[in-house]
Amino acid sequence: MRPPLQRYRNILDFALSSLLRRKGRNLALLSVYALVVFVIASLVFFVQALKHEARELLVQAPDMVVQRLVAGRHDPMPLAQAEAIRAIRGVAEVQPRLWGYYYDPVYGGNLTVMATEDADLAPDAIWIGAGVARTMRVKESDMVPLRGYDGQSTLFSIQKVLAESSELVSADLVLMAPKDVRALFHFPENLATDLAVQAGNPRELPTIAAKIVELYPDSRPILKAELLRTYEAVFDWRGGLMVVVLASAVLSFIIFAWDKATGLSAEERKEIGVLKSLGWESADVLLLKFWEGTVISVTAYLSGVLLAYAHVFFFSASLFEHALKGWSVLFPRYRLVPALDGYQLTVLFFLTVLPYTAATLVPSWRAATVDPDAAMRS
Amino acid sequence: MRKSTLCLAVTGALAALFLAMLAHARAEARAGTARRQPSLELVRRLGLTDLCLFTEARYTRHPAMADRHAAFQDHPMALDHFPSGSLLAPPAFPSPHAPPPPAIPKHP
Repeated sequence: MRPPLQRYRNILDFALSSLLRRKGRNLALLSVYALVVFVIASLVFFVQALKHEARELLVQAPDMVVQRLVAGRHDPMPLAQAEAIRAIRGVAEVQPRLWGYYYDPVYGGNLTVMATEDADLAPDAIWIGAGVARTMRVKESDMVPLRGYDGQSTLFSIQKVLAESSELVSADLVLMAPKDVRALFHFPENLATDLAVQAGNPRELPTIAAKIVELYPDSRPILKAELLRTYEAVFDWRGGLMVVVLASAVLSFIIFAWDKATGLSAEERKEIGVLKSLGWESADVLLLKFWEGTVISVTAYLSGVLLAYAHVFFFSASLFEHALKGWSVLFPRYRLVPALDGYQLTVLFFLTVLPYTAATLVPSWRAATVDPDAAMRS
Repeated sequence: MRKSTLCLAVTGALAALFLAMLAHARAEARAGTARRQPSLELVRRLGLTDLCLFTEARYTRHPAMADRHAAFQDHPMALDHFPSGSLLAPPAFPSPHAPPPPAIPKHP
C-alpha cells in the first residue's frame, strides 16, 4: 500500500481504537445521531412522496370547479347555471357533480357519497372504496343499509369494491346512481353540488373564471392550479407536521452538537497532549479527530436514511400513522411511491454530517495548538 | 483483521445499500406509474379534486373545496379542535381561493 494511504489507515485505526475505548458513550451518540437523521429523513421522504402523488393524480382533476356560496358557505348550484357557463367561449365541457358527506352512525366514519352515471352500475347497487369495505367489514354482493334524510334506511347491494391501489383517492367513496343520491339526501332535481368545468385551452381559465364571477357574483371558481397549490401548502415545510417534527429534531441535534462543540473531556485533552509529546503534529491530531467525527456522522447519516426509507416505503410510515389518523375512523391504506430528491438528500447530508464534523474539529484544534505539557497537566 | 478494514467494509456496505435504495426508488417510481392508473381513471371519470388523507371533517377531507370559513382558511391563528388541524398548514397569502382578477378585455 502507498505510504500516504498507509498513514491514513493507521490514523483511522487509531481513531477507531479511541472510539472503542469510550464504547458506551460513542454508541449512545451514534444511536441519537442516527435517530435524528431517521426522523428528519422519514418526514422528508413522506412529505415529498405525498406531494408528488398529489401532483401526479390531480393532473386528471377538472380544470375548474365552480361552487356557489350562500352566506359564505358552500351551497348547491342550480343546474341552469351549468347551461349559461357552457355557453361561455372557451368552455369545452361542464359536468354537474352530485356529491355529499354521509356520517355512518354505526361505525362513526364519514363517507363521501358521489353520483356516477357509469353504465356498469346496476340499479340499487353501489360501488364502495376499499376503506369503506374495511371499516364496515363488508364485501362484494353484501347489503348495506344507508340512513336517508328522513331517518328511513335504504338497502344497497355492493356491486364492486374499488381497487385497493386507488385508496389514496377512493378509500371513503360510496358511488351510486344520481337518483339514489337525490333520494338519500332529498337533493332537489334542479341542483348539483358543484360544476366541473373543462376548458379547451387551459390558458383561458383565468378569463373564463372572471366571466363566471361576472355572470354569477355568488359563485366561487377554484382552478386546478389552486387545487395543486393547496396540496403544496398542506405539505409545505411550514406545515404543522413538518414544523413540529423538524423543530424538535433540529433542536435536539443543535443541543447535541453544541455539547460536542463546547469542549473536550479532560481525558481527551490529556490524550492529545500525550500524542503531541510523542511527536504527533497538530495536523495529525486534527486528522484523527476528523476520522472520529466522520466515522460517526457518515455511519449515522447512512443508517438513518436507510431506516427512514424502509419506514416510509416498506412499513407505510407506521410511526406517523397515529398523528395522521387524528380522529378519523376511516383511514386509507396506501403504499407510497418513492419520490427521492437528490437535492434534499444532499441538504440533509450537509445539515447533519458537516456541522457534527466541524463541531468535533474546533475544540480539537484548540487543544492541539496548546503546549503538550500544559495539555497533560490540565 | 485491522479495525480500519472492518470499518471500511461496514461503510462500503452501507454506501452500497444507499445506492441500492436509490435504484429501488427509481424502479418503484417507474412501477408507480402503472399502479397509479386506477386512481387516475377515477379522478378523471368522477372529477375528483382531493386526496383521501384525513376523513374526520369536510375541510380536512376536501381541503381544496372547503368553504372560506373552515379552519385555517382565513388566518393562521384560527385554530380548530381536530388533531389534523395541527397537521394542515394555513393557506398561502393571498389565499389561493381569492377571486380571480375581474378585468376582462372587451372586444371592440
